[in-house]
Amino acid sequence: MIYLTDDKVKYLEQMANEIRQLVINMLMTAGSGHTAGSLGMADIMTILFFDILKHNPQDPAWPERDRLILSNGHICPVLYATMAKVGYFPITELESLRQFGSRLQGHPQREYLPGLETSSGPLGSGLSQAVGMALADRMDSGRSSDRFFYCLLSDGEIQSGQTFEAMMLAGKEKLHNLIAIVDRNNIQIDGFTEEVMPLEPLTSKFKAFNWQTIVVNGHNFEEINDAIWQAKSIFGQPAVIIANTIPGKGVRDFEWKFEWHGKPPSTKEGKEALKELRTMWGKLKGNE
Amino acid sequence: MIMESLNHQLKLNPQIFELSVKQQAIRDGFGEGLVIAGENDNQVVTVCSDLSESTRVDKFAEKFPNRFIQVGVAEQNLASVASGLAAMGKIPFITSYAIFSPGRNWEQIRTTICYNNQNVKIVGSHAGVSVGPDGGSHQALEDIAITRVIPRMTVLVPTDAEEAKKATLAAAKIKGPVYLRLARHKTPIITTSETPFVISQANVLIESLNPEALIIACGPMVWQALMAAKTLLAEGLSVTVVNCHSIKPIDSKTIVKLASQAGAVVTAEEHQIIGGLGSAVAEILALEHPVPMEFVGVDDKFGQSGTPAELFDHYSLTAKDIIRAVRRVIKRKNI
Repeated sequence: MIYLTDDKVKYLEQMANEIRQLVINMLMTAGSGHTAGSLGMADIMTILFFDILKHNPQDPAWPERDRLILSNGHICPVLYATMAKVGYFPITELESLRQFGSRLQGHPQREYLPGLETSSGPLGSGLSQAVGMALADRMDSGRSSDRFFYCLLSDGEIQSGQTFEAMMLAGKEKLHNLIAIVDRNNIQIDGFTEEVMPLEPLTSKFKAFNWQTIVVNGHNFEEINDAIWQAKSIFGQPAVIIANTIPGKGVRDFEWKFEWHGKPPSTKEGKEALKELRTMWGKLKGNE
Repeated sequence: MIMESLNHQLKLNPQIFELSVKQQAIRDGFGEGLVIAGENDNQVVTVCSDLSESTRVDKFAEKFPNRFIQVGVAEQNLASVASGLAAMGKIPFITSYAIFSPGRNWEQIRTTICYNNQNVKIVGSHAGVSVGPDGGSHQALEDIAITRVIPRMTVLVPTDAEEAKKATLAAAKIKGPVYLRLARHKTPIITTSETPFVISQANVLIESLNPEALIIACGPMVWQALMAAKTLLAEGLSVTVVNCHSIKPIDSKTIVKLASQAGAVVTAEEHQIIGGLGSAVAEILALEHPVPMEFVGVDDKFGQSGTPAELFDHYSLTAKDIIRAVRRVIKRKNI
């Protein structure tokens, strides 16, 4: 277990804020894309790439790296922004999101951009792929491998049957090297998850399939950090971190509103959002 | 007479035209090939969804228990778990009945295997009406259409158990997604261990000097095509017969060359006429060398229970139906 220092927490908060600004700029320029989930997962994406993952942006194909499988491909703006910020490619390239010829496809395409572990978008298949990768790693290295397989998934996609098929197999195979992180933001395109198709009791569902479950505040770096270390230490089971997040987090007008699931901010809305985030950044800086 | 017209370079089974011709299920050849593929390359793994004996992966599971994964009745998971295995360098063979894989899990195959460019081999057993008594729900007649339409996919339809073995080994060797179509029931052995099998190269089984028609078949229908050729030849009508085991990539060069010699083409497959081998051949000939064509296949219908022989008869998939199609197509050529 490695605890976060106060300095580290501040650093991560500032980084996440800058990443949120990049996301707003990208979506404004692209004129389409998914705002709510991208902003909501900025903190988790930041701690993963800047603190948790074993990876090398200069050598994306490094075989010993941990794998991050993004199942809910529609929140790729935050993945791209974080990858650029951590050094996988120039930040200026973020402007090309969703444009013809861009490496930053509307939903991630593995072959277009080194560093992406899979192509995703159609929901419900990421956990299966992560299970396959974790199984392959165990076949090769037994329990001596120290590679971890992180699968980020949305809460809405847990409505798909395939996710349950994957949960069942991971439980059967006792995949200790698999850590799922659910973006529990309670919204999906058509509304609130509990109205569209209730997911609760969500932890009980994972438990019933022989997973360890940990519930955290998805915007609290210390909680996320502790949960990941706890998940890594669990020996005979896969672990899921249910991260309670606020959709649209960081921009008050976007927060909690399912209407922001699949649309970008207009120029006016985007400028307002950037102003708010910069002010927040000022507050964070002031804390130093 | 028919024996002399066989392409001797292919070293086909000399007993093809005898009543006592050896019969074996195409899926058996796959099972044998898979064990050899596993011995050749320790990255070969098998993922199965509750049909290990009937898809003939039980021998592989016995021999390589650590490289065998049982996912249960979960075909969508089957496809995407394989994608993950391939991402780590494995060469997964995933098996089920064709109706479930690639049937039920088509989108997972498209997105997580083909779009994602992962090296997964999809093996669909029990394809065609020859599944027999199980009935229409279990008789995949659309699988060639739905796999060949996906970019990057290779589609192989072996004609007998021997060829299925070779196709399995060839699939393991090439990089990229492959669909391998198998049948349940026993069918005559047409090829031998010496018969060449190269993906994208059709085998010309009977080549005539002045053919009046070209018959292109795949899977168990190749034997029906040979039986048709035997009758036609005895009646003095010469035809060319091609075993088109690679539906994609298809051997355009051979097909165009032989179609232009014959001036008329009949295709034969145990699959819907819509979207199958016949469509693939028509796509080439319409562009390169249009000739009259007839299609022997299932004509936009579902299957039902029965013996394979009853069903072949009912759905017009016999040598007699091929003969009729040849006569029809020759008439149209002379208009």
